[in-house]
Amino acid sequence: MNCRSEVLEVSVEGRQVEEAMLAVLHTVLLHRSTGKFHYKKEGTYSIGTVGTQDVDCDFIDFTYVRVSSEELDRALRKVVGEFKDALRTSGGDGLGQMSLEFYQKKKSRWPFSDECIPWEVWTVKVHVVALATEQERQICREKVGEKLCEKIINIVEVMNRHEYLPKMPTQSEVDNVFDTGLRDVQPYLYKISFQITDALGTSVTTTMRRLIKDTLAL
Amino acid sequence: METDLNSQDRKDLDKFIKFFALKTVQVIVQARLGEKICTRSSSSPTGSDWFNLAIKDIPEVTHEAKKALAGQLPAVGRSMCVEISLKTSEGDSMELEIWCLEMNEKCDKEIKVSYTVYNRLSLLLKSLLAITRVTPAYRLSRKQGHEYVILYRIYFGEVQLNGLGEGFQTVRVGTVGTPVGTITLSCAYRINLAFMSTRQFERTPPIMGIIIDHFVDRPYPSSSPMHPCNYRTTGEDTGVTYPSVEDSQEVCTTSFSTSPPSQCVFTVTKAHFQTPTPVVTDTLRVPMAGLAFSHQLSSSRLSYQPAALGVGSADLAYPVVFAAGLNTTHTHQLMVPGKEGGVPLAPNQPAHGAQADQERLATYTPSDGAHCAATPSSSEGTETVSNSSDGRASPHDVLETIFARKVGAFVNKPINQVTLTSLDIPFAMFAPKNLELEGADPMVNPPDSPETASPLQGSLHSDGSSGGSGGNTHDDFVMIDFKPAFSKDDILPMDLGTFYREFQNPPQLSSLSIDIGAQSMAEDLDSLPEKLAVHEKNVREFDAFVETLQ
Repeated sequence: MNCRSEVLEVSVEGRQVEEAMLAVLHTVLLHRSTGKFHYKKEGTYSIGTVGTQDVDCDFIDFTYVRVSSEELDRALRKVVGEFKDALRTSGGDGLGQMSLEFYQKKKSRWPFSDECIPWEVWTVKVHVVALATEQERQICREKVGEKLCEKIINIVEVMNRHEYLPKMPTQSEVDNVFDTGLRDVQPYLYKISFQITDALGTSVTTTMRRLIKDTLAL
Repeated sequence: METDLNSQDRKDLDKFIKFFALKTVQVIVQARLGEKICTRSSSSPTGSDWFNLAIKDIPEVTHEAKKALAGQLPAVGRSMCVEISLKTSEGDSMELEIWCLEMNEKCDKEIKVSYTVYNRLSLLLKSLLAITRVTPAYRLSRKQGHEYVILYRIYFGEVQLNGLGEGFQTVRVGTVGTPVGTITLSCAYRINLAFMSTRQFERTPPIMGIIIDHFVDRPYPSSSPMHPCNYRTTGEDTGVTYPSVEDSQEVCTTSFSTSPPSQCVFTVTKAHFQTPTPVVTDTLRVPMAGLAFSHQLSSSRLSYQPAALGVGSADLAYPVVFAAGLNTTHTHQLMVPGKEGGVPLAPNQPAHGAQADQERLATYTPSDGAHCAATPSSSEGTETVSNSSDGRASPHDVLETIFARKVGAFVNKPINQVTLTSLDIPFAMFAPKNLELEGADPMVNPPDSPETASPLQGSLHSDGSSGGSGGNTHDDFVMIDFKPAFSKDDILPMDLGTFYREFQNPPQLSSLSIDIGAQSMAEDLDSLPEKLAVHEKNVREFDAFVETLQ
């Protein structure tokens, strides 16, 4: 099966990196999360309810919607924070990218470990600019807000194509498709990683792979 | 065509479409209420959350939507439309967006109604949630209040896009194919207003000219009345109460099966129950600081309600800055805490003749302090940096809460002619101070502990009696106009200029201040060797510190 790949690019000021990344990641995860499954007899299941909430950005004229799940928000904030720190300390051109990858697990026979097969990858490329005057920063606030509006529209466009989604799993298979570790929502299995790149797009520092929710962590 | 679809599926599909339409309206209207929406996730299905999403049902909105639908469903040629418009306090209104839920003829026979269609409708609602925050009207609706309100209107039938002006843009939220047609959800929005509201720094001709063009009589009289996008609790309603749930509210309890081919055990039961009253509060709100553009939207309104503003800004430590008048340029003012006495307000802008007409800054200090500088919100020029006449006419009554009899800076007259009430002169610290007034001078003895320290506080403690006060030497300067180098013209003249003015005098060295006591210069010099010895001991620390700086 082919893995769908989408790339988004944003140019932001240093202090806007976190909010811009969170806006994009949360919007994608909003579309890729369902309520918790409750399996009943005869192979039927019911689905819990997903709540949503608006989040205003402090450094960007923008508001995004995320699922109401503190655990998920914490997990994303953690990795975005690490990405921001890495961008700052890298001292490079301020270029980096984050990848949000949705995957399915496929059980293999012993001694082989389970395979992770990605079916959708979202890559967000970030370019950090430094601004000198307050006036420029103010304009940047608005411009980045408008750009993020466009990105959200792009994301929704992709989601709307109704392309491949993993089949709804049986109870025994649910952990191969969904992340069932959260209390209130159930996103598809995902992992987030990031890289600091130079202008050519190659990784400058060691690629830092941060695996959130990877149950294969040994 | 419909024989392919069994009756149960057909019934389910109709139900889905009906509730999808109702939920769509809820999402759109709630997104324009002007406040953040927050609902909770629940891991156990409650049975009343359609499409597995927690979307509150505002009874009034449901009622309106049902009225508009009148038992019908969106079909080819019959679309459900939600129109969002803006109405100013003068009664002028303008259409901002039209959200359309349409059905076309393209059918997808293969699709499973109660499973795939349901999930895709759920996804479409999530997309709608995201998109409603992204169109220009969202930011406008978040700032509605005294100057304007956002209204909604639901109608069913043909889509009418004429009221959106020229060059409107469309965004498609999504589509879902069903066996009876393809459901499409899209939004057409006006873009002309977007620039005026979000680009605060754009220099455009006065808004009046632009807005008036759009205020044309509606070619199609509204078939249904407009409704404000704010929800009053039932107590405040005009006495009309809508049943929070109809007698036979249909509950969706969905169970899905995973065994292929996906047999869906889908139960739709009718149940009587009460939903809890939605907790959506009234959204009328006082415009807060920084709402420069909202004033500009009202074509003729130049005045404020200071009282109302006071309520909103009372807990701010900083004076609140507004931009009055018609110009969209938003002039900043670097404010220092005005509550504490003795801190002068830096002048708003250089007194450009041409600018003065259009740009007004009204500053309002929420405190009861003796200082308030309010520039007139009329077409008089504001001269705040000048050495011209003293006893400037006090500002326009509109925003005057406390006296502000301004004395021009550098006015050369004894201070005892300047009463306490007019001590909010710019560059007041430069003005020569009369020692006799020192005790009563709030600038010398500021009221207790300011909430936030300002670097200027230190400098203010040096009153005129301390010799060599830096301020006094500036008496000889006559500064008429101040255009700092490298600052871009007109757009934000405040920034660099104000900063420069504020901080061109460093605070007085404490060792030179007379308040320290009677320690004389000689004693100071004598203590120097001891101090040097102490520093020598710590030389390693200092070296390490210097290393870190490199």
